[in-house]
Amino acid sequence: MSEGIGLKNTGHGPGTDAYLGMVDSVTRTPDEIKRSRNLGIAYLIGAVITVAVFVQGTGGTATFNLDNDASFGIGAIPLAWICAVSLAVLGGVQISRGTANFQSALLGVAAVLFIFTLMAWAAAGQSFSLTGTLHDALKASTPLVFGALGGILCERSGIINIAIEGFLLAGAFTSAVVGSVTNLWIGMIAAMIVSSLLALLLAWLAIRFLVDQVIVGFAINFFVLGLTSFVDARVLTSNPEYNGVPTLAEWKIPLLSDIPIIGPVLFEQTIYVYLGLALVALVTWALFSTKWGLQTRAVGEHPKAAGTLGVNVLRRRYVNLAVAGAITGFGGSWWTADVGRFNENITNGRGFIALAVVLVGRHHPVGALCAALLFGFSDALALKFSFLSTSIPSEFLELAPFLVTLIVVASVGRGHRVPAALGQPYEQQ
Amino acid sequence: MTDVQSPPDAPTDSPSDPNGKRGLRDRIDTTNAITLPLLAFISALVIGTIVIAFSDIDKLQDGDFGGILTTIKDAYLALPDGAFNGWRPINETIVSTTPLLLAGLAVAITFRAGLFNIGGTGQMLVGGMCSVYVGFSMNGPSIIQIPLAVGAGMLGGIIWGIIPGILKARAGVHEVISTIMLNFIAGSLVLYFLKTDLFVREGRSDPISKLVTPEGTLPKLFAFLDRPELRAHIGFLFALAAAFFFWWLIEKTKLGFEIRAEGANSNAAQYAGMKPAFLIITSFAVAGGFAGLAGASEVLGTQGRATQGFAGDIGFDAIAVALLGRSTPVGTVLAALLFGALQAGGQRMQVETGVPVDLVLILRALIILFIAAPLLMKAIWRISAKGASSGPSFGGWGS
Amino acid sequence: MELELRGITKRFPGVVANDNVNLTIRSGEVLALVGENGAGKSTLMNILYGLYHADEGDIYIDGTPVKFETSGDAIAAGIGMVHQHFMLVPVFTVAENVVLGIEPTRGLSLDRAKAAAEVERISDEYSLGLEPDALIENLPVGIQQRVEISKVLLRDAEIVVFDEPTAVLTPQEIDDFFRIVEALKASGRGIVFITHKLTEALRVADRISVLRRGQTVGEADPSEIDEVGLAELMVGRPVQLVVDKSPAEPGASTLQVNDLHVVDASGRTLVDHTTFDVRAGEIVGIAGVQGNGQTELVEAITGLREILSGTVSVDGIDLTDASPRDVHLAAVAHVPEDRQRSGLVSEFSVAENLVLTRYHSDEFSSGVTMNWSRVRENARELVEQYDVRTPSIDTSAGTLSGGNQQKVIVARELSRDLRLVIASQPTRGVDVGSIEYIHAQVVAARDEGAAVMVVSTELDEVMALADRVIVLYRGRVVADLDRDATNHNEVGLYMAGALDQNEQASA
Repeated sequence: MSEGIGLKNTGHGPGTDAYLGMVDSVTRTPDEIKRSRNLGIAYLIGAVITVAVFVQGTGGTATFNLDNDASFGIGAIPLAWICAVSLAVLGGVQISRGTANFQSALLGVAAVLFIFTLMAWAAAGQSFSLTGTLHDALKASTPLVFGALGGILCERSGIINIAIEGFLLAGAFTSAVVGSVTNLWIGMIAAMIVSSLLALLLAWLAIRFLVDQVIVGFAINFFVLGLTSFVDARVLTSNPEYNGVPTLAEWKIPLLSDIPIIGPVLFEQTIYVYLGLALVALVTWALFSTKWGLQTRAVGEHPKAAGTLGVNVLRRRYVNLAVAGAITGFGGSWWTADVGRFNENITNGRGFIALAVVLVGRHHPVGALCAALLFGFSDALALKFSFLSTSIPSEFLELAPFLVTLIVVASVGRGHRVPAALGQPYEQQ
Repeated sequence: MTDVQSPPDAPTDSPSDPNGKRGLRDRIDTTNAITLPLLAFISALVIGTIVIAFSDIDKLQDGDFGGILTTIKDAYLALPDGAFNGWRPINETIVSTTPLLLAGLAVAITFRAGLFNIGGTGQMLVGGMCSVYVGFSMNGPSIIQIPLAVGAGMLGGIIWGIIPGILKARAGVHEVISTIMLNFIAGSLVLYFLKTDLFVREGRSDPISKLVTPEGTLPKLFAFLDRPELRAHIGFLFALAAAFFFWWLIEKTKLGFEIRAEGANSNAAQYAGMKPAFLIITSFAVAGGFAGLAGASEVLGTQGRATQGFAGDIGFDAIAVALLGRSTPVGTVLAALLFGALQAGGQRMQVETGVPVDLVLILRALIILFIAAPLLMKAIWRISAKGASSGPSFGGWGS
Repeated sequence: MELELRGITKRFPGVVANDNVNLTIRSGEVLALVGENGAGKSTLMNILYGLYHADEGDIYIDGTPVKFETSGDAIAAGIGMVHQHFMLVPVFTVAENVVLGIEPTRGLSLDRAKAAAEVERISDEYSLGLEPDALIENLPVGIQQRVEISKVLLRDAEIVVFDEPTAVLTPQEIDDFFRIVEALKASGRGIVFITHKLTEALRVADRISVLRRGQTVGEADPSEIDEVGLAELMVGRPVQLVVDKSPAEPGASTLQVNDLHVVDASGRTLVDHTTFDVRAGEIVGIAGVQGNGQTELVEAITGLREILSGTVSVDGIDLTDASPRDVHLAAVAHVPEDRQRSGLVSEFSVAENLVLTRYHSDEFSSGVTMNWSRVRENARELVEQYDVRTPSIDTSAGTLSGGNQQKVIVARELSRDLRLVIASQPTRGVDVGSIEYIHAQVVAARDEGAAVMVVSTELDEVMALADRVIVLYRGRVVADLDRDATNHNEVGLYMAGALDQNEQASA
């Protein structure tokens, strides 16, 4: 067990051993049981929805188009039954025994099955481009990925970032205006600089003046929304020459884009997608395998410990915030590249979804990527469904990601460990 | 959260340890209760001036600095003019103040409980939809229909408000996340319902509800003047009554004592036999009731119908109101009046000088920022650091 | 190396923490720095370590003045510090914590293998027994402290400062600790040992410096001074080391704890099938090293923590599933172990804090409303009666000194008819005057017929107050001893887990 203390076994069984932190692996802890039960209930609700909605669908074969030629068909109602039974069984097992180590994997499988059933239900008797939807999902998740990476850098350094929305909006605005006067590339750089400055403002107020980080972040969102709307109304409407940039074309990567299915989904995208994916890998590596990452995480977990070892906590926070702002600002320029202009409140709450992505992704870049893809997928699906003659109101698809976030955050909420020093002021003498 | 074994908290050696634990919760100090908001307001106006000047690009290009100064002067003169000069401006100020005050109280009560309610918008929307339904589906008499419609609005707001309370108390979901999500969800639901046969006005394809019946409409405040354009209604009296109720609740009741204790130190509240989960949910329920009343007052009084955006940004503006009013009853009333006046004046400003009313948004953001940063205000204005607190605080994402 | 602090003065708003302090530390010797809580010891060491900046005075190394802007500068000058609150990142491994700030790298990546090797080298050299890849949060306190020590050693510290290092250790761990200190001294390092435990200062120090109210009031040679003399020097007046009380007259069994079992959210056992009782008119002292289930035991009895199995009753009334309010209504007083965390609402006024647990009674409220005039009347009475030094009853409690804050809690909790008093760490971080006063109040509660349970990690406090001593070790009662039939030494052995009455009985 450990040297120096307690060398005797007092014969009280596992309880005594557990005292030093070794949890008995056979029995489940109350927390696990509770979480497991919540997840089980979620499965059962899914099963009920499947029976109540999808099984009652119009039926017929849903055709999923893969590539230009390939496609496959699935009977909507049989699939719905398979889904309902699987979810019910999974829910039962989850509640009664838990699924131990397979929990996450099973959740993923169940989610895919459920989504497929949903798509088959909506597309029953019609055809539906699967690759197109996946392509759009990836595209729609891109600004979320940048926003979330910025959020992760911030929060891993111990500063709450509720201002992702503001940084994105500032990035969109700046890139549109600067891009109109020069070109999109310079617009992107300007967006990075402006959002970076905003992030430094957040850091400065939080660090130097101990302002509550939730309130500063909130005020920055407000300020950016007000300022961009003001300038949009006062200047841009009457001077359209300041608000028009050619949109960015997709860049097919040679060879890779020829791979069936994967090619059109992954490798016929704009550079935002490529950069976003690369950045996820880079940030993951940097956070967990470099000196910078170790110090950053230490600063977010226990700034005093880092400070007493000579790590300059505040400088680390300022620098990381500046980088986070730049990444988020770059993400904001995505709208300009996509739409070619700035509209009032163009980001429309995507920054808040990015914040949810940070939490659902457990402050890990790869987790955030997965969560962002989920939201992107639901966005893309809402768009695709509007072309299908389904009875599902578009409003429900619009609110789905928010509802899913709430449910996910509620069921994993307590299990998630945030950086311990998050939001706490640190005073360096 | 962390389970690391650490040494006892015992002897902290320096009596006034500057690194000492600051309470993570709301810390509303009463010193400087007037100076700080005033300075914050002035600071915001100064920056607003800069924004007006630099956005006047035509005059900037012409080097017409005199013209810019005139614009600024006209804009800032239009603000008080449009807010107070005559019956109509005063009426407009009251119209804007009413929902701001009610929604501001909805934020203030949660601030006192150490919670951050960003969900005012959603609570207003749900409450307003409930109210408008009773408002158009019944046919008088007023004495029954109005209380029913208003009550339905409060109930709707309470239900929508309780959700983040329960999520926080039972599942540890941070209320900032849940209220933001619930705002979006409420927005989508309102849009959906406004398109259904239940709500949509006959012969309209855009999302707009049926008109509230005359019996269901809140009586006009200035009916005695016989000027129909004065649209202020008794919703304002509801708001003042709500502010009085808030004062009574917080200052005079046991529940208020418990809510304040929970807000200042949740651990101590629990130790003292109070029930944090109950207090969190109750605070959110009261908040939802206030916000629902705001929604009711908008649809039954000011607008007479529900549209997609009838709650506007009031739920967000309410945060500025509560912060500026330091979550005290009197402060919140005064702050709501100020913002109501700004809103009314801002309309006049936009019409008369072409400076967009969005300026008011900027001013609000800056006021929030400066109020939340007393140390910044003190540094800028070089006033004494007496009672220097770091402003209100809500801690991290943890449960 | 010789390190000298000359004329150090440090002021915080409203208080002078260090007032013209002089101190010399030499290689190869152990200097003990003793003083009461609030005497300015930690402030002084934080200045030495570059965490605070002195308002006046200078630091000299071998006669040359040096300036420490940050702790990085102090580290570079060969100063290391083992903080009272360990500066360890709980979710990091031992190696990650040790190399933080001086990480070995290979290219751009961390060189984890090299970091682990460094830790093992240090660990072997001083027999610290560290595993580089263990997570800090899974290690017992004693091992965590060794991680702290290895951090200092890896940075080649010439002078090592230990801030209250023994507060969390078992007597056996303390022995190990002193062995490490001897080894460090033998390797030519200078040691500063900050403590308020006089016996320990006398045991290891080559020299003792005494700090009182921010000033150095004397230096002593351990061979020429005893505990009483040192205590007098520290407090500035003769100190009564024993509590004045008559023999107990125990009555009926009041608190009955039967087979109580408590686990935390992740299933770890915190209180392990514990059974004991406390009788009316006696003080039972719960002794044990910090973290052996005392906190959780008290929380379980007072309704603040869920009980997995077993029962708790007071005068026959079952309180097993009671809420804190139920426990309060059963005439149980609870002085919580951490007054800042849970005993007080620092933003509230003294008057409000004086009714924090009692506001709901008919005395202070009627129906749903509060009776504020009665609350204020109560506050005036208690402030007077319990000698709370406060500018007014409307002053916020957070601005009072630790001793007066504790008196507010004691006044609130003890000023009513009681069956049971539970006092957890009642004098932690409190000045000697308040300690004496609070001890007298606890004894008075006993003499009025209440059952009293005092939980303290300070063995001296338990031995001074208790009529009966119960020792907790890993959540279990390992000893139930008559105070007059035992001694520090025996209780210490039980605290360390070296003895166990259960085994003796079954053997």
